[in-house]
Amino acid sequence: MAHDHHPDHGHDDHSELGEMDLRVRALETVLTEKGYIDPAALDVLIDTYQTKIGPRNGARVVAKAWADPAFHDWLLNDATAAIASLGYAGRQGEHMVALANSDEQHHMVVCTLCSCYPWPVLGLPPTWYKSAPYRSRVVKDPRGVLAEFGVELPASTRIRVWDSTAEVRYLVIPQRPAGTEGWSEEQLADLVTRDSMIGTGLALAPGAAP
Amino acid sequence: MTYISHADLGGKDVPGRIVPEPEDERFHAGWEARALALTLAMGGTGSWNIDASRSARETLPAYAQMSYYEIWLAALEKLMAERAQVMPDEIAAGHMLHPPQPVKRVLRAADVPGVLAKGTNVERPATGPARFTVGQRVRTRAGHVDHHTRLPAYVRGKSGTIAHRHGVHVFADAHAQGLGEEPQWLYTVVFAGEDLWGPGSEPGLSVSVDAWESYLEAAE
Repeated sequence: MAHDHHPDHGHDDHSELGEMDLRVRALETVLTEKGYIDPAALDVLIDTYQTKIGPRNGARVVAKAWADPAFHDWLLNDATAAIASLGYAGRQGEHMVALANSDEQHHMVVCTLCSCYPWPVLGLPPTWYKSAPYRSRVVKDPRGVLAEFGVELPASTRIRVWDSTAEVRYLVIPQRPAGTEGWSEEQLADLVTRDSMIGTGLALAPGAAP
Repeated sequence: MTYISHADLGGKDVPGRIVPEPEDERFHAGWEARALALTLAMGGTGSWNIDASRSARETLPAYAQMSYYEIWLAALEKLMAERAQVMPDEIAAGHMLHPPQPVKRVLRAADVPGVLAKGTNVERPATGPARFTVGQRVRTRAGHVDHHTRLPAYVRGKSGTIAHRHGVHVFADAHAQGLGEEPQWLYTVVFAGEDLWGPGSEPGLSVSVDAWESYLEAAE
């Protein structure tokens, strides 16, 4: 699984995982002995990105934007402040910009140079976002990339790809699905997928939510 | 010395499929989580900045053959070896063999939430007027530079339009080289698909990058 994105890798997965495990463990021991790190901080960091900071944060931002026109406008005008008002701020989300999808324009986000991604709202990037196939292709053939995600847009929809080459981080606001009039923000958030906030997916239709 | 980034992938012909992933999947092995945490914790010592770490990653000769956290780990080891903080013989031995170097600070468990929530703001006060205005046509710098840069190869020497002005930001090129922050105006520059990929480009496609002022010249 870890190596899906470079199938030419010559190693046996099991021996290699063992090798990486040992190397990381050795490094952690040396860094701890030298007093550079607090091992307890590692557990807090991992727990934070495993259980606290993930794409449900962004889903709440999008759901609020769908339900609250004033918040929607604030999000488009000053995304950093609007997102911070919900408690999501900090590392890799210091300078946020929100992009609203419409029938006319569909936004997609990439970092062709590394893996820049809005951590406070989406958590850590998925493997495909960091992979060479996505980073190389989406700026040139976004419809081909969308097809790989099972998404087809009308030919009349223009596509805009945002390459995150500085410290500005982008959050896509997908289109609100039809048939959700009067839904609460909590109900709406369940329709907002991570991929829809990157632009490689669409929000779920009512009834399709988990 | 010629600086080569192996990470500048936009528009390159790269084989392989894109493999979608469930959104509750975070790490694919226990060591990946530890590698992430070690990288963030060592970043927290203030021994280098994020641009220097991106530079360390993108110049790894085996970049294309490594998984993402293998890249992070190799770059971390490189950054520490350059500063004599941890040497390869110590990683091989799994124990400290040389005395530690002083570090500016240590990221303590109790401080993690505050440090993550604060982040690192890279916007700086403007010291001069912006050279370009929204809607203005610009051309990007052409050709190679011999250091870390954030202007991808696929937009070099291309004409585009200023779409947004973001304020004055720490300049990644200088920052990565340890030359200080040298803050500059930062812009979003949008390019038409056909200007990047030729007449066969998808109709209606536009692609934008965020570009520091020194990457840009006024165009007709």
